[in-house]
Amino acid sequence: MSHALWVAASSLGGPVDQSYLLEARQMQALSFAVHIPLVCFGIAFPAMVLFVEGLYLRTGDPVYLTLAKRWSKVLIVLFAIGVVTGTLLSFELGLLWPAFMAKFGGVFGEAFALEGFSFFLEAIFITIYVYGWDRLPRRVHFLSGIPIVITGFAGSLMVISVNGWMNNPVGFTLRHGTVSHVRPFAALFNDNFWHELVHMYVAGYVVAGFVVAGVYARAWLRGRRDRYHRTALVVALSVAALATPVQVLVGDWAARTVAERQPTKLAALEGLGRTTKGAAIHFAGIYEGKTGDVKGGIKIPRGLSLLAFHDPNARVQGLDAVPRRDRPPVNVVRFSFQTMVAIGTGLALLGFVYLGVWWRKGRLPGSAWFYRAVVVAAPLSVTALICGWVTTEVGRQPWIVYRVMRTSEAVTGAGGIPVGYGFLVAVYVALGAVAAVMLRRIARRPIEIAGAEPGS
Amino acid sequence: MTLADLAACLLVLGLSAYLVLGGADFGAGLWDLTAGGPERGARVRGIVKFGMGPVWEANHVWLIFVLVVCWTAFPTAFGSITSTLYVPLFAAAIGIIFRGSAFALRGEAATIAEARVLGGTFALSSVLVPFFLGAAVGGIASGRVPVGNASGDALTSWWNPTSVTVGLTTVAVGAHLAAVFLAADSIRARQPDMVQAFRARALGSGVVSGLLAIVGLFVVRDDARSLYDGLTSGGGLALVCASAVGGLVTLGLEWRRRFDWARYTAALSVAAIVAGWAVAQRPYVLPGRLTLHQAAASHATLVALLISAAVGMLLLIPSLWYLFRLVLRGKLDTRFGPLTAGDPRAGS
Repeated sequence: MSHALWVAASSLGGPVDQSYLLEARQMQALSFAVHIPLVCFGIAFPAMVLFVEGLYLRTGDPVYLTLAKRWSKVLIVLFAIGVVTGTLLSFELGLLWPAFMAKFGGVFGEAFALEGFSFFLEAIFITIYVYGWDRLPRRVHFLSGIPIVITGFAGSLMVISVNGWMNNPVGFTLRHGTVSHVRPFAALFNDNFWHELVHMYVAGYVVAGFVVAGVYARAWLRGRRDRYHRTALVVALSVAALATPVQVLVGDWAARTVAERQPTKLAALEGLGRTTKGAAIHFAGIYEGKTGDVKGGIKIPRGLSLLAFHDPNARVQGLDAVPRRDRPPVNVVRFSFQTMVAIGTGLALLGFVYLGVWWRKGRLPGSAWFYRAVVVAAPLSVTALICGWVTTEVGRQPWIVYRVMRTSEAVTGAGGIPVGYGFLVAVYVALGAVAAVMLRRIARRPIEIAGAEPGS
Repeated sequence: MTLADLAACLLVLGLSAYLVLGGADFGAGLWDLTAGGPERGARVRGIVKFGMGPVWEANHVWLIFVLVVCWTAFPTAFGSITSTLYVPLFAAAIGIIFRGSAFALRGEAATIAEARVLGGTFALSSVLVPFFLGAAVGGIASGRVPVGNASGDALTSWWNPTSVTVGLTTVAVGAHLAAVFLAADSIRARQPDMVQAFRARALGSGVVSGLLAIVGLFVVRDDARSLYDGLTSGGGLALVCASAVGGLVTLGLEWRRRFDWARYTAALSVAAIVAGWAVAQRPYVLPGRLTLHQAAASHATLVALLISAAVGMLLLIPSLWYLFRLVLRGKLDTRFGPLTAGDPRAGS
């Protein structure tokens, strides 16, 4: 009923006239790209901090205590910035896509409601944990960290369920443009939910692991090789090295689900113009819309059929299966996807080097090149993360709700998008610069290994 | 009481909690802004940091709670509000980013110039955010948000007598709450001169808030008659009176330096006025245009939302209770120190 009013009030009920749809999308993408690396730290970093604190509780070694304390200070700064950048995202859902929220807020909102509570508990226990050092009994302090690990997982679970739903919209009936028969929990546990969740969860460990390792690898190259730095490196590298190979397998699962559920997105990933049996795969190259072929690049015959369906002769649906107006921008999606895969493969190799040396010689690799690679791996892991999200988000276009609502139907009719976008860019550039300076300053502060620290 | 009414109660609860807890955080920023030069204001800024440090993230989540409940339970209202009131809402969101980041990073400032820029950003955005959020509420309450995608006026929906008055009152109320809370924190930090300083601020801002509320009533009578009628009859009137009595009791307690009690009466007084606004515009969510019933999401959505809210509260309330107990007993306190620019202790 309320939606009928909305439709009557909006111009003809169709899409509003918004000349800046692309800018609105870029604005959302920018806010998201700033927020998502912080989410990785929310997912993985608390577990790393707790692991180190656990080592301290078992051994009483003050090096572990010092490391856990310092990491927890970084944790709360990153969380604080995550809170505010996440708040902006919540606002933007309404500010940029009001028609999407008005029509479907009641379908997927349940996930956000649960996420709200999870986020609340996370904020409460991070506060208790970080401010409670030396003030709470040791065991209570350690236990107060466990809810942070659980809620970090639960919160991202809920948000990813919404993204899964946008790719696989279920749990409601659409009749004459009106939503009815809403089944909130069916919407929550859609088919895209599981692989997206696991993919992102593991990505959290890959990114947090490599970024933290990168910081200490730099210090290592500058000659800081004491036990404190070695411990930090071993913990971070182990997390990253164990998570990355798993991610390769999860990525395969994700790609096969996309092949099955969103064939147009898969066709865009690979630049497959025409439906083909035994389709080839290309590394690099440019997709040409006119011919529907990839020009340049390295061609591997039947590679796509083999990867997507585990059968070299499988028939793969091409972009030509849907009208031109229903296709995503192929080269953006394809380039992001290939970048993600290439970086992911490289990171997995780096992880294997680390694990191999550790397994055979029981120590960290000796070559300076290994540490240089780890320093480079830190920004690369974040790049892969963002490329992955570009792949899935731009690959879903032109739909905001896959095959149900176009992004152009969801966008606000309000003016001022370029102004807001310009403003946001300025804000994030300034914030990024300030945060980088401050985090470096924290990192440079002298490390004072506490003596036998009384746990009160 | 229908499911939609219950969901609206959740919104009132969330808004009250945000106005009390988040509002006090913003108010603390106002006292930071007006504390004077780096030397003179150092002790006041020290108390602000001492009082706010441990709890501001948790306080802030109430806003996200309000947004989420609104778009889940009343999606059409949410889309209409955000697309018409995009100017104040975007300004508030940017202000929140500035404020949160500046506060989180201020402790790391190494030079006077850095600390001034960060401190100034924190303080200024602390004043602008509640003003813009209040102005948005004023736009909704005075019936200036029509149903539809950006159907309302982009400027007059939030730049009008009711919005400006509500915006200013929100800033003043936050400042008052902050002064009360910080006076109590000063007692805990054993800084008698600061207790004195915040008592004066509490009394002053309490009087200003009360006066603004009275002026607001006259403004609303001219600008949004149906809201005025709601606030001056039946349940709305009862809640407005309760808020007024609460405000007077708070002033009395402040006079007698009972800040431990003044905390609660001030909070109740604020909650009463939020509830009063909700009752005054019943049954509308967008006055004159969209009722709660019309705006409500499907039955299944509301049931799921209310059940998960109930379960969530079972986890949330004990956790919040634990946090506030630790805070109020001083278990999470950092050491109080004057916050001057470039003070190396500021980073600890």
